[in-house]
Amino acid sequence: MNTNMAVCIAVIAKENYPLYIRSVPTQNELKFHYTVHTSLDVVEEKISAVGKALGDQRELYLGLLYPTEDYKMFRKLHNSFTDVMCNPFHNPGDTIQSKAFDGIVSGMMVQTA
Amino acid sequence: MRKKIFFNNNIPLPPLELLHFFFFALFTSLYTSLAQQLPREPMEWRRTYGRAPKMILLEANFVQFKEELLPKEGNKALLTFPFLHIYWTDCCDTEMYKSSVKEDMMRWQNSLRTHGSSDWVIIVVETNDTKKKNKTNILPRSSIVDKIRSDFCNKQSDRCVVLSDPLKDSSRSQESWNSLLLKLRTLLLMSFTKNLGRFEDEMRTLREKRTQPGWSFCEYFMVQEELAFVFEMLQQFEDALVQYDELDALFTQYVLNFGAGDTANWLGSFCAPVRNWSGLLLRRPIDMEKRDSIQRGEASLLDLRSYLFSRQCTLLIFLQRPWEVTQRALELLHNCVQELRLLEVQVLEGALDCWVFLSCLEVLHRIEGCCDPAQLAANCSHTVGLWAYATDKLKSLGELCGLVSKNGPNSEDLNRTVDLLAGLGDERPETVNSLQSPYKKLKEALSSVEAFERHYLELSHAAMEMYQAIGRLRSARLVGKSLAEFYMRKGDPERAETFLQEALKSYVSEGWSLPVTHTRRQVAECQKLLSKTEDYLQTSALLAGDVNLTTDERKHFCQEILSFTGKSGDQSHKVTLSMGVFAQLTQLKFHPAAASVHSGAVLQVELTLRCLMPVSVRIQQLVASIHFEVDHGGTHGRSKGAQRRTHPGTVVFRQSNSSAGPPSSAGAGPSLELDEIQDRSPSDNSLNSTGVICKNTHLLMRRHDSNSPPDTPNCISPPTVGIKEGAQMLKVQDVTLEPGNNSITFTAPPGTYTLRQLCATVGEVQFILPHIYPSAQYEVYSQEPQLTVEPLSEPLLAGLPQKVKFTLLTGHYTVKKGDALQLSNTETMPILPSTSCTARISSPTSELVGESTLSIQSSEKVTSISLPPAPPYHTLEFQLEVLCIIPSGADRPANERLTNGEVRHRPRSYSHPDTPMTAIDQRMSIDCPWSIYSTLLALTFYIPFKTKHSLLSAGNRQYIQVCVQNVSDVNFALAEVKLTEKQHASLELQSLNTKTQQLLCCKHSVFCLWEVRWKDDLPSCLQCVFSANFSPLSQDISAYKPFHYQFQLERVTTLYSVKAEIFPPAGEQRCRSGVLCGLEVCITRLTEPAEGEIAEDSKTETDGPKTTKLMYEVADSSSNWAVCGKSSGMVLMPMTANATHKVQIEVMPLFAGHLPFPKIKVLKYLPHTAAVAIQPDPDSCVENDSLSLLDKTLDDQGDTASIRSRGSVHSVGSGDQQQKGVAMPRLEPFSPGQVFNHSHACQVLVLPATDDHIMEVNAT
Repeated sequence: MNTNMAVCIAVIAKENYPLYIRSVPTQNELKFHYTVHTSLDVVEEKISAVGKALGDQRELYLGLLYPTEDYKMFRKLHNSFTDVMCNPFHNPGDTIQSKAFDGIVSGMMVQTA
Repeated sequence: MRKKIFFNNNIPLPPLELLHFFFFALFTSLYTSLAQQLPREPMEWRRTYGRAPKMILLEANFVQFKEELLPKEGNKALLTFPFLHIYWTDCCDTEMYKSSVKEDMMRWQNSLRTHGSSDWVIIVVETNDTKKKNKTNILPRSSIVDKIRSDFCNKQSDRCVVLSDPLKDSSRSQESWNSLLLKLRTLLLMSFTKNLGRFEDEMRTLREKRTQPGWSFCEYFMVQEELAFVFEMLQQFEDALVQYDELDALFTQYVLNFGAGDTANWLGSFCAPVRNWSGLLLRRPIDMEKRDSIQRGEASLLDLRSYLFSRQCTLLIFLQRPWEVTQRALELLHNCVQELRLLEVQVLEGALDCWVFLSCLEVLHRIEGCCDPAQLAANCSHTVGLWAYATDKLKSLGELCGLVSKNGPNSEDLNRTVDLLAGLGDERPETVNSLQSPYKKLKEALSSVEAFERHYLELSHAAMEMYQAIGRLRSARLVGKSLAEFYMRKGDPERAETFLQEALKSYVSEGWSLPVTHTRRQVAECQKLLSKTEDYLQTSALLAGDVNLTTDERKHFCQEILSFTGKSGDQSHKVTLSMGVFAQLTQLKFHPAAASVHSGAVLQVELTLRCLMPVSVRIQQLVASIHFEVDHGGTHGRSKGAQRRTHPGTVVFRQSNSSAGPPSSAGAGPSLELDEIQDRSPSDNSLNSTGVICKNTHLLMRRHDSNSPPDTPNCISPPTVGIKEGAQMLKVQDVTLEPGNNSITFTAPPGTYTLRQLCATVGEVQFILPHIYPSAQYEVYSQEPQLTVEPLSEPLLAGLPQKVKFTLLTGHYTVKKGDALQLSNTETMPILPSTSCTARISSPTSELVGESTLSIQSSEKVTSISLPPAPPYHTLEFQLEVLCIIPSGADRPANERLTNGEVRHRPRSYSHPDTPMTAIDQRMSIDCPWSIYSTLLALTFYIPFKTKHSLLSAGNRQYIQVCVQNVSDVNFALAEVKLTEKQHASLELQSLNTKTQQLLCCKHSVFCLWEVRWKDDLPSCLQCVFSANFSPLSQDISAYKPFHYQFQLERVTTLYSVKAEIFPPAGEQRCRSGVLCGLEVCITRLTEPAEGEIAEDSKTETDGPKTTKLMYEVADSSSNWAVCGKSSGMVLMPMTANATHKVQIEVMPLFAGHLPFPKIKVLKYLPHTAAVAIQPDPDSCVENDSLSLLDKTLDDQGDTASIRSRGSVHSVGSGDQQQKGVAMPRLEPFSPGQVFNHSHACQVLVLPATDDHIMEVNAT
């Protein structure tokens, strides 16, 4: 097992609903959903704090969002997400169903096999 | 007296105990003040490796020199390192120096040299006392110092310092004291920097060896920690912390590498099973116990981590960064758990939970100990993580030890508890006496169910309150959910439900489907226990339709509902649930699509319901309630219904996913429903204003901050709106809804209705959709028959047979056999009989139903068209050929009455703005069998030609020219062009037209010419008729249609001939430019006065010879001539044939070449009338302006003539004009043909002037 790989990747809309969420060990899926959802607290906190302090110079990487003893959570995946958003057929706010995005996510994740 | 002292750092650490201090009486006071004063002033510490310089205070410890204290080779101890060796002497006696002191110094220096130490200084103390004592053999003070310097300080004179009278309070002694201090500080720092640098280098070398076998982390740990101690001693906590952080990172990396398969031998000691889980200990600056175990290489992973963290914690608190402690603590605890897992260290189940719990509380206690409560409250965002973590761990401990179950712990649980408590060991001495300690708390919590509950609730509430205080509501709800699970285990669903609903609301509103499903299932469990039937059924329905659940689970919940509906309970009370949880209305379709049919036809409403249940459900009754729309009854709605929707007949309902997918629809709100409004004036239907209105503002403008959740089926409570009593309904009985889409068809009753609600009844349960939105409306209407006539092709051309289409919408009327349309015939537009005329009958959906031949019977006044039988609401179409006769112009038949008694309106021709063609409106009056009133229909025809005529004369000869212009878009052939005169038989019109047939292309003209010949007298007025046959070019000769054009010509006879001649100046052959020549104008009367003419003039003339006054005018519009003298004049002309009048005028040619003659105009001169009765009105003044102006050019005579010839304008000589006659003499032009100009278009050759330097070429 490679510990450096992601086990759950989620893209969250700014209204806080999941645009994309995928996790590797499927039996833990529910737990990941709870965790990702809760970590939005910290995301909101950090984003608002950054907004106040620096204005436009937002640091896109928000750091550790929700420390657990099992996994570490970070925000990554900006480039691929940008690609999805640049797709003229993608309606911002819809859930992401891009295969390319899925592939990149798979690459970042732990291989279950 | 001499003493060798080495100078050391003052470190409050154990190794110092080994040293003992040795002081002489004199120096006791000196050392004390040295030790005190040395750290008083900071020194700038320049550091290696580009590190920023710092100001530091140096503290020192003085120890007596012993050779065995000098560091051996390879000794890494930095704390006990002698940094500076000082040799003190107060010797001032040369002898003494030579005999003993020097030797002693030599020995001292040698021993230093053998140990490689070069940091030394010799201090010579001078006192007056010593000087006084041995006056005799005293050398000058300088000499002893000089001697020492020359003996020892080879080139390093600063290594020998003089201190004079240190115990005296003189300025001199003070000065020397200060310089000594500075010197000591400098040397000490120099030595410190040098030795520290060496130490760091050695440490790095050691670190680089870490890949070699036999390298020990613990050994290295001790070395780097030594450095940390030194920094800490120097108050450089930041640097000290860096050392520990480096060690931390190094260790972490090893563990990670181990995980990746790269094992280091030394790591084995850390993989030993965990036997002690007593938690962090943060109350001591240095936990020597643990440090020792590390030094011995016996420490476990938790020991090492604990010790490392306790040191980091101490330093961070020194640095006043307590919040970093909490943050690091959380990371540490998580990290340790992960590392133990990674290293596969054997741990007793629950032991780590104990360790984490104790550690969390220990950190929190430590932080509480160094912060005031206000600070703590303000920074709970930093501590809340630890609180929540501790809560979590306590909960899992409780579950492990059987403290959460209803029955309490069993013996197995108790055994486990005992094992766990054993691993805690004894309580540490620091906290034994305090009332509350993490140790005591854990022991107590694990001791009984009640104590556990108390502690757990206390922690949970604390964590929740903190989360809420800092706005982390999701985290708070997650803790709440965990609490709810606890309550459920304790069998207290009531308390659990509040927390669950709270959490559920948050997941639903943010669209997290998996948590929604999970939480909802917990809610269902609660509700079942609490026997909240309606809520439970609602939740069950939601769960039954939840795709996140397995089919079996969904079936279970579906069965829960069905088994309830099967109960024959209280009949009066039916449970009402929201339709959305059960099935979704996805689409509504009208058949036919227009949603609007006439009464008698069938309008069907097809609903598509997506059933969310996992199994098929039998519904006793499905009802759609409808609402009657009062405002549009009757026939108006027909067009409205069609234009309102983009996809007529189908309403697609937007889906909001019940299993909480992305709430994009809920987030975005309903879409705008816009309608165009037009405000038209009631009188003439003209547009007053137009605009756009939003029809669903009540949905869009809802306050967003109000608490009501989006009205999706996610709403947790059942709908409050029931089905309205007494409303009209569409009903279907006994339907079985299969999972997925189901189609249900209703038949609509007549009227205009809006679908409002939907209700499905399953036993005792009703599923209600309180609002069908967007609203769907249908209409079953009744319509009057309608007859329209429209051209088959635009435009309709007059004069040719044209096809028109009759369309009859039968409406509610049934066309029976024998029904006929009666068309009143008109002369101007006869209906052409045709042999085969078929009528098509088509249904409302434009399908052809039948065809039949029409029989048309024409009588003198009426054309009767018998219609074939046709059912109501069908369309009947047929075509007829009509011909609109082109009005020829002059004749106006008297008004006549139509058969139905209506006054016949003569078709009026008018010019249409869109086309150059003249339009004629033809009205038709039709009597229809369904009405007692006649239907009036209008058709607009266009005349394809524009015709003009003109009279041309040459001397006495007269010619008539007719111009026919084709203004239509069709090409015509023109044949049999004729011109006839009606009144005068003697008159002969000889055609000069050679072609019998002419092509007349669109927008082109054809000119025809006739010469007028007469025998006796030429009548002054001619009534002419131009006639021709024409047909579109494509058709054969039989299709030729006649075209007539009537006109009248007046004053045809030539009265005068005008002849002009130009004579060169006397003696010249030719005219020359710039030289005057003579112009002779000769006006000759050609005919005897006609009667009309005499009558005209008789009013102005009295008796005597009959004369008339003429005005002539020589005008040269092209500036070729200069008229000298009078250019115009009046001529009195006798009214007899061949009367001649000559006028001589001088003119000068301005150019050379063939110049055209100047124009000569002859006008009628009407002298002012004596009898002026009426004041001239402004209109006539304007009218006459153009004529009374002398120099007004009257070139447009042709036009005037054509206007006059139509007989519409009688400008000249009519009594009317004369009556209004102005008081001034007037000029009037002659009609064309009345004056013949012989010299029209004549030219004369003009030679250039004699001076031929200027040559002008005038090309015309």
